[in-house]
Amino acid sequence: MFYYLGLAAVLFSIGLFGVITRRNVIGILMSLELMFNAANINFVTFNKFILNDGLTGQLFAIFIVVVAAAEATVGLAIVLLLYRNWRGINTDNVSIMKW
Amino acid sequence: MTENAYLIPLLPMFAFVMIVFFMRWNEKLSAGFSIAMILISWVMSLVILFETLGRHGEPYEIYFYLTSFVGINLEVGFLVDSLTAVMLMVVTTVGACVEIYSVGYMKDDPRFSRFFSYLSLFLFSMLGLVLANNFFMIFIFWELVGLTSYLLIGFWFEKKIAADAGKKAFITTRIGDLGFIVGLLMVAFYAGTFNFGGVFDKVSAGLIPAGIVTVMGIFLFCGAIGKSAQFPLHVWLPDAMEGPTPVSALIHAATMVAAGVYLVARIMNIFVGSAEASMVVAVIGLITSFLAASIGLVQNDIKRVLAYSTVSQLGYMIMALGLYGYDTAGGHHSAGYVAGTLHLMTHAFFKGLLFLGAGSVIHAVHTNDIQEMGGLAPKMKITSITFMIASLSIAGIFPLSGFWSKDEIIAATLHHPVFLIVTLLIAFMTAFYMWRLCFLTFFGKPRDQHRFDHAHESPRSMTWPLMVLGFLSIFAGWVAIPWLPHGFSSFVFHGELHHASPNIILMLISTVVAVSGIVLAYFIYYKEKISADKLAEKFRPIYKLLYNKYYFDEIYHLLILNPILKFANFMWSFDAGVIDGAVNGTAWLTIVWSNIKLWFDTWIVDGAVNGSGWLVRQGARILRFLQSGSMQFYVLFILVIVVVIALIKFEFIRIDIHWPVITVVFVLGVTLLGVLSKLAAGSEDAPSSAKQEE
Repeated sequence: MFYYLGLAAVLFSIGLFGVITRRNVIGILMSLELMFNAANINFVTFNKFILNDGLTGQLFAIFIVVVAAAEATVGLAIVLLLYRNWRGINTDNVSIMKW
Repeated sequence: MTENAYLIPLLPMFAFVMIVFFMRWNEKLSAGFSIAMILISWVMSLVILFETLGRHGEPYEIYFYLTSFVGINLEVGFLVDSLTAVMLMVVTTVGACVEIYSVGYMKDDPRFSRFFSYLSLFLFSMLGLVLANNFFMIFIFWELVGLTSYLLIGFWFEKKIAADAGKKAFITTRIGDLGFIVGLLMVAFYAGTFNFGGVFDKVSAGLIPAGIVTVMGIFLFCGAIGKSAQFPLHVWLPDAMEGPTPVSALIHAATMVAAGVYLVARIMNIFVGSAEASMVVAVIGLITSFLAASIGLVQNDIKRVLAYSTVSQLGYMIMALGLYGYDTAGGHHSAGYVAGTLHLMTHAFFKGLLFLGAGSVIHAVHTNDIQEMGGLAPKMKITSITFMIASLSIAGIFPLSGFWSKDEIIAATLHHPVFLIVTLLIAFMTAFYMWRLCFLTFFGKPRDQHRFDHAHESPRSMTWPLMVLGFLSIFAGWVAIPWLPHGFSSFVFHGELHHASPNIILMLISTVVAVSGIVLAYFIYYKEKISADKLAEKFRPIYKLLYNKYYFDEIYHLLILNPILKFANFMWSFDAGVIDGAVNGTAWLTIVWSNIKLWFDTWIVDGAVNGSGWLVRQGARILRFLQSGSMQFYVLFILVIVVVIALIKFEFIRIDIHWPVITVVFVLGVTLLGVLSKLAAGSEDAPSSAKQEE
């Protein structure tokens, strides 16, 4: 169980790092996917080791995969619009809401 | 007819209502209608007089209870006895004459119809007063008489002096009425009823203590003092001459002043119950009579002479009635009651005649001053003849009606030497000043040629009433000729019948006195053997005293009006200073308080509102730098917070969860972060931030 959780933590940290450091919106989205999957691994792991016969964690993981797909769709659509408006997908440019 | 006696006052009232509501646009119709109504009343009065004669003066009373108030029955009704019947006759006769006369006298007056409506109301009040069967009703009509006299005396209210005279009459009589009210309350309290008969029964049965009867009688007499212009409230009557002359005639002869004498005669049983009250009445009457007669000697206004003459004659009546009460209370027989009521009747006729005659003269020469008249007799035959008849009558010359009544009055004073002497003196003065008036007005050389040239006899509507009244001035007194077996005395006699044997010597004395007065006037003012001016010069202080009417008006002014005015002034200053001050002060305080609130509102409330806004602004000015536009920064921020919360949650860091502190720390931290990020932003991309701020 430790290895599974460790894998999830590492995966989450990598995703987080990516989200924070990446300037490219596509990159940020990909890093987010990593974080989702880290959470999925956690769900599945806990389901396996703590809730022996349950399916809750499994189901939740599948649910998250579906939501992540939807989120990716929306995100990519936003990226497309960003590109159209700014001719680029660097997050630093997108700062009209700034003070 | 007697059972319908209530119609007599109601007919003039009907005329009043009709004129006020329907007829006042038509002058002829209003005058005609009110005259018609009073003539019907006159006929009814005549019938009632004969019916009462047929009953030998037996009282006839109808009443029904109106309501009961604190145990006292208030009733409405009327009482017809001999006194009432005689008074009805007098009032309607004089009233009718005055109304007919007014048609001519008031011909071009702009308020002609109104004048007739007032006259009708006046007659209604007086007739109601005469018919009233209880104190309550008599008081109502009493006040109505006062009101209408006010309206009529001040009829020419454009003249300030007339308006003032109206007020004076009203207020002066009101002072007497105050006493009257007190008397009424005493009647209600001690007798428990307002009905005349009920009250008199209680008095004669001795159910009311003697002292109370005395006080009650004097208080009730106060009303008569005011209404009948007795000393010391006589001052209003001469001033009332400012009203139209027919009004003066009505007031003097039939209505207003007669009401007071009538009241005394009506409540005679109360005075009979108290010798002291009667003596007060008699003395007041005597003083009034003497004062007024002496003032009348020197006045120059034709109407004022007559006014003082009226006051004097009223004093006579009151005195006679008072002496009757006194003598009867003492167990003696007295002719006073008969004398008083008889004189009330005869006086009504000849005084009404005198006033109407004076009005006729004034109508002709347009002045009231007898010094500007003279020699009018050939030009105004009817007026002068009737006027002289009345003058002879009031002087008491045999066999005119005034002789009989005056003789009765003198007879009533027979047992009181002081009264007798003063009464004779007054009779002398009366004869003198009346004939002074006659000689100055109708004889001698005209003293004002211009006025004399314009003089003319009055129209027929004015001379006819004069003749009617002249006839009555001669014959009305004959009902009381002492040799008649069933004359006036046995008709109106109050209490048990008593036949006074005619006193020839007294008659001779009174005639001599009257004739000597006339002769003296003849020598002074006709023959001018004795110069009036020299006499006035010789007795200068007395002349001045009389000419200024004993300075009564001045004394009242000094003693009563001045304090009242001062008091009023004081009250005014109190009002202006304290009450207005309080009101204004309150307003001032309110304004100050409002200013304070304004200040509070501006600075505290608005300050709080704006201040909180300002605070938020200021906070936002710093915190907005957190909105750096850098997504990575946001994420980092969230991460840090999550980590911190997680650390706290899983107790990797131990802190006491103390929310205010945490909040403060959080706010401070965030602020610090904002400041830092501002510094960072300012150093990095100032141009972009300036661009964005636009």
